[in-house]
Amino acid sequence: MPATAERTEARAAWLLSAPALLGLALFLALPFALAVALSFTNLQLGSPLPLELVGLEQYARVLADARFRQALGNNLVFAAVVVPVQTACALGLALLLHGRLRGRALYRAAFFLPVVFPLALVAVLWVLLYAPGPGGPVNRALALLTLGHWTPRDFLHDPAWALPAIMVTSIWQGVGFQMVILLAGLQGIPRHLYEAAALDGAGRWARFRHVTLPGLRNPLVFTALVTTILAFRLFDQVRIMTRGGPAGATATVVHEIFEAAYVRAQAARASAMTVVFFLIVLAVTLLQRRLAAHRRWAG
Amino acid sequence: MRGRMGALARHALLLALAALYLYPVALMVVGSLKPDALVLPELATWRGLFPREVSLQNYRDVFERVDFLRFLGNSAWIAGATVVLGLAVNAPAGYALARLRWRARRRVLAFALALLVIPFEAVAVPLFFQVSWLGWRDTYTAQIVPFAANAFSIYLLYSFFLDLPRSLEEAARVDGAGPLRTFLLVALPNARPALATCAVLTFLTQWGSFLWPLMVTSGERVRPLPVALAAFHTLPPLAWGDILAFAVMMVAPVVALFVLFQRWFVVGAAYTGPRSGQSRGAAQRPQEGRPDDV
Repeated sequence: MPATAERTEARAAWLLSAPALLGLALFLALPFALAVALSFTNLQLGSPLPLELVGLEQYARVLADARFRQALGNNLVFAAVVVPVQTACALGLALLLHGRLRGRALYRAAFFLPVVFPLALVAVLWVLLYAPGPGGPVNRALALLTLGHWTPRDFLHDPAWALPAIMVTSIWQGVGFQMVILLAGLQGIPRHLYEAAALDGAGRWARFRHVTLPGLRNPLVFTALVTTILAFRLFDQVRIMTRGGPAGATATVVHEIFEAAYVRAQAARASAMTVVFFLIVLAVTLLQRRLAAHRRWAG
Repeated sequence: MRGRMGALARHALLLALAALYLYPVALMVVGSLKPDALVLPELATWRGLFPREVSLQNYRDVFERVDFLRFLGNSAWIAGATVVLGLAVNAPAGYALARLRWRARRRVLAFALALLVIPFEAVAVPLFFQVSWLGWRDTYTAQIVPFAANAFSIYLLYSFFLDLPRSLEEAARVDGAGPLRTFLLVALPNARPALATCAVLTFLTQWGSFLWPLMVTSGERVRPLPVALAAFHTLPPLAWGDILAFAVMMVAPVVALFVLFQRWFVVGAAYTGPRSGQSRGAAQRPQEGRPDDV
């Protein structure tokens, strides 16, 4: 290629990518760098103290903060429950929808529908479903299931029930997303593997165990870890349904970041929390890459 | 599950699950049409789904109590402008990274891919300071401009252009078209599936965005629907019929889009598959813009 053409192409490439690169640099890379930088200072908006570097002090404070630890614990519990339950439900639905089935697109649309709902709307809707007293739909359903042995409660104001209530809401909203990905994964498993397994005399369970599950390895790893990351990003439902209460029972890391930065104007403290939050998400992402690297199922 | 009985049992199970699953949505729609005083008392009875009388009074109340059309307009403008601006900046970048030969290509690509791991919540606080410093608080700009350039959209478009057959572009080149013309007139029109996927993902994210507008808007002037709903839901007097009417009107546009363009929503979801995997063509990814029988 002649040198001029090469230069034209390079110039065109810069021209085409400059706006996007500028946007990413200004609104993603720069604020991220800013968060890291601020986390080593004592910046508190409106404070008379002079700005100075305080090293790792903010991190020490954040990690010693009982409320932040409670929030981190809530996120961990949330992930530990929601990820397996939601994945199992999504897998069940995907298996039900897989194979010859009339009206599959309709069923899939039904289960996918809440995925397109704004989380704020889902949260408000479930506040209604968790209405206290025997007239609340969830209380009513539990009374029916236990043949009347259920004492109606105010889920969102009950320290023991508030977090589980938010978990159920999140699973309801998110299971369709996982289902769609697992369904695509199921459709990607070569049919001849099932035929070969059947020829070898494998029963339904053996085929599921030795063909379906290994074939779904990557989609399963992917959906489980995306859901884990979403569990750590939990905010909207908490803000609307409980504001982190009662007594911190539903506080989450992002909710704490929001409160520290926005309500208490603790810029540096919130930045340190942000960095801790990012490191958790990064760890989960790296774990996913490592697990997904062992691909090559079935050749 | 072979045979007719198996198929019937499967349909019965699926219908029951779907009914249970959509029950909250049905309660929302029906509740919005019921006399306000009856919503809560009749909620868990069969009258919750089959009301005695139906009216649009709650919808009228919403328009009387708050400036709903303003919130709707705000959300539509913010989401629409982000989609258009996003495609305008991300598609050329994806093309340049996939097709053009330039020395910094690999480094730029690595930069964009590295940024994929940063969730928005990790930059929300410093971005808020930046936006305040720029004087962008309580503006549309603060809710649009920072979300135009998107590492994931760039990655998605980059993968798409990489898989596009080169023959068309080469024909254009032979006819003397430069890289810019080739991109605009040949590559871009062929990238509609990827553009549609990016548009849907961006629109959904922006339509549902809550944390950021909660931080940068203080009045109603530029407030989008999710924040307005959260405020309306705590606005006395508590009237669930009105809240549900607000919710129905807020979700109706996305549901309409979903019904019309279901295919792109589902592809969009499945497409988030390769999000953090560098190797393309993994099992997670559906065939190019061709999900099964949608």
